[in-house]
Amino acid sequence: MSAAPKTLYDKIFDDHVVDRQPDGTCLLYIDRHLVHEVTSPQAFEGLRMAGRPVRAPQKTLAVVDHNVPTSDRTKGIEEEESRIQVETLAQNAKDFGIEYYSERDKRQGIVHVIGPEQGFTLPGTTIVCGDSHTSTHGAFGALAHGIGTSEVEHVLATQTLIQKKAKNMLVEVKGSLGKGVTAKDIVLAIIGEIGTAGGTGSVIEFAGSAIRDLSMEGRMTVCNMTIEGGARAGLIAPDEKTFAYLKDRPKAPKGAHWDSAVRYWETLKSDEGAHFDRIVTLDANNLPPIVSWGTSPEDVVSIAGTVPDPAAIADEVKRQSKERALAYMGLTPGTKMTDIELDVVWIGSCTNGRIEDLRAVAKVVEGKTISSRLAYAMIVPGSGLVKEQAEAEGLDRIFTAAGFQWREPGCSMCLGMNPDQLKPGQRCASTSNRNFEGRQGFKGRTHLVSPAMAAAAAIAGRFVDIRTMS
Amino acid sequence: MQPFTTLTSTPAPMKVVNVDTDMIIPKQFLKTIKRTGLGKSLFFEMRYDEKGNENPDFVLNKPAYRKSEILIAGDNFGCGSSREHAPWALLDFGIRCVISTSFADIFYNNCFKNGILPITVSQEELDKLFDDADRGSNATLTVDLAAQEIKGPDGGTIRFEIDPFRKKCLMEGLDDIGLTMVKKSAIDTYEAKAKENRAWL
Repeated sequence: MSAAPKTLYDKIFDDHVVDRQPDGTCLLYIDRHLVHEVTSPQAFEGLRMAGRPVRAPQKTLAVVDHNVPTSDRTKGIEEEESRIQVETLAQNAKDFGIEYYSERDKRQGIVHVIGPEQGFTLPGTTIVCGDSHTSTHGAFGALAHGIGTSEVEHVLATQTLIQKKAKNMLVEVKGSLGKGVTAKDIVLAIIGEIGTAGGTGSVIEFAGSAIRDLSMEGRMTVCNMTIEGGARAGLIAPDEKTFAYLKDRPKAPKGAHWDSAVRYWETLKSDEGAHFDRIVTLDANNLPPIVSWGTSPEDVVSIAGTVPDPAAIADEVKRQSKERALAYMGLTPGTKMTDIELDVVWIGSCTNGRIEDLRAVAKVVEGKTISSRLAYAMIVPGSGLVKEQAEAEGLDRIFTAAGFQWREPGCSMCLGMNPDQLKPGQRCASTSNRNFEGRQGFKGRTHLVSPAMAAAAAIAGRFVDIRTMS
Repeated sequence: MQPFTTLTSTPAPMKVVNVDTDMIIPKQFLKTIKRTGLGKSLFFEMRYDEKGNENPDFVLNKPAYRKSEILIAGDNFGCGSSREHAPWALLDFGIRCVISTSFADIFYNNCFKNGILPITVSQEELDKLFDDADRGSNATLTVDLAAQEIKGPDGGTIRFEIDPFRKKCLMEGLDDIGLTMVKKSAIDTYEAKAKENRAWL
């Protein structure tokens, strides 16, 4: 008897079940645990109070990213609370025997940039972190999702999580992207289509020619924002690109282990006829660059479009929510997106802070100067190694010559826990993942775009259709 | 964790969809290394103006709802980040039950780890509850977890679904880690087998 066809999610989940109760509640083994300073102090405190050790410190990697300043760090962290949180992680890592990258380590960076960079992220593994953008690692065919601090403590103590199987959802992106259109536009378009709760209760597998054509960086961008579509985890089946990216990374398997790993990784794909509870398709051929207009990542339009009018929404609470978003954003329905002027451009984050993103920006801004309209434009590399690579390629000189600030790596203005924040009313084109009220600074206004679109907007001082630029 | 059995309170209506975790507790309050003390910063940007004064129009600033222990909100409550500071802030303010048509997965999960009951109802039921809540202190709801029922001010009852395991943990205030530690030998066995099958890890 042949086994029923399985999805990629089914396979990884089943391979990690430690215990299954009759009601479907499972104890799932966790292969990799990433830890950062914001969501871990209370978890370590819990361990201390209960006298529990970390069960598998070698499967845990700690780094500071959310709180660190992106200016010169040699003088230490000025802000007291941030400094305490960073010092607390350093101490916890030491006390519990966990490998730790400090803000002075060149391997330091955003947790979801450094995991893949170090080869800590591997296909077929289960990966968790106290951060919702852990979905990023799904680009490697790893089952990866964010958890709360209580679960961080649970994983530290037991190397497992209590889980129930989620539903399977397939998002197939057919065709191929046009010039100037990127992975970011794909994922923003998907969220616009399914809504921010569209993937709730599901794990989304991304497939189709446009996904296969993406680089690993592009696939990470797509999986990163899966959470913005409501799904905790996104998945892309690993392939030759995945293996090539991982080969010889510091923590990737070597020699005979590499060969047997690849043989296993090659089996990690959804079987023909596997059941998906929901299938959504998107055509990449006619996809335009996408810009968000509101305060939810589902509030998106084509760069060629206009600010929508919520008057047509029948449900009162939903209409009021969108009206509230427009008021917050200071926008009027019918305004052309290309007429929206900007105050700040911010490039970075776990969504778009990788080398490929920086290359895309450099291509647009080389030999040009940022608009005098802007208060500033800032580029924050995703990690120390991304920064080093960019500088080796001379990208930093292109950026600074164009008038951009070139910063030290971290989460920075994606969530503004460090001093990089918008002022009230400032309007920002951002390559990050969330346009929530206050996300980038109190009363700040965020428009989500791709790196190339952000770069073009920095030059023009307003949004421009990258497809029309020479 | 404080067990959850029944709760009677004036419910506060928050007629907003996609209430995200940045709204519930903004980033400047995530720098704490404690779980407590976040209640005063709950819904900070909606609750206070730029000078730090209370915004009188915000629901939890209105006299009838200042002590509400039940919050009723629009679709997709708790979307966004994994910050457990969101349920910690709700709990610290005094809210022990949130009712909506849908919740974001991570937030939903985090509630149960903190003795907060998230209840999913239909749009029709939510609209009815919003109407009840609009009556302020004239209307109280009673949530009975054992019976899986919300009893309205006019005697109406809404039945809700909840995962039996989560229900048991919430009613008894059980500690997940303690429950998992009992299965230590199963974890040991799994780990040994995985080491054979996937030696590269």
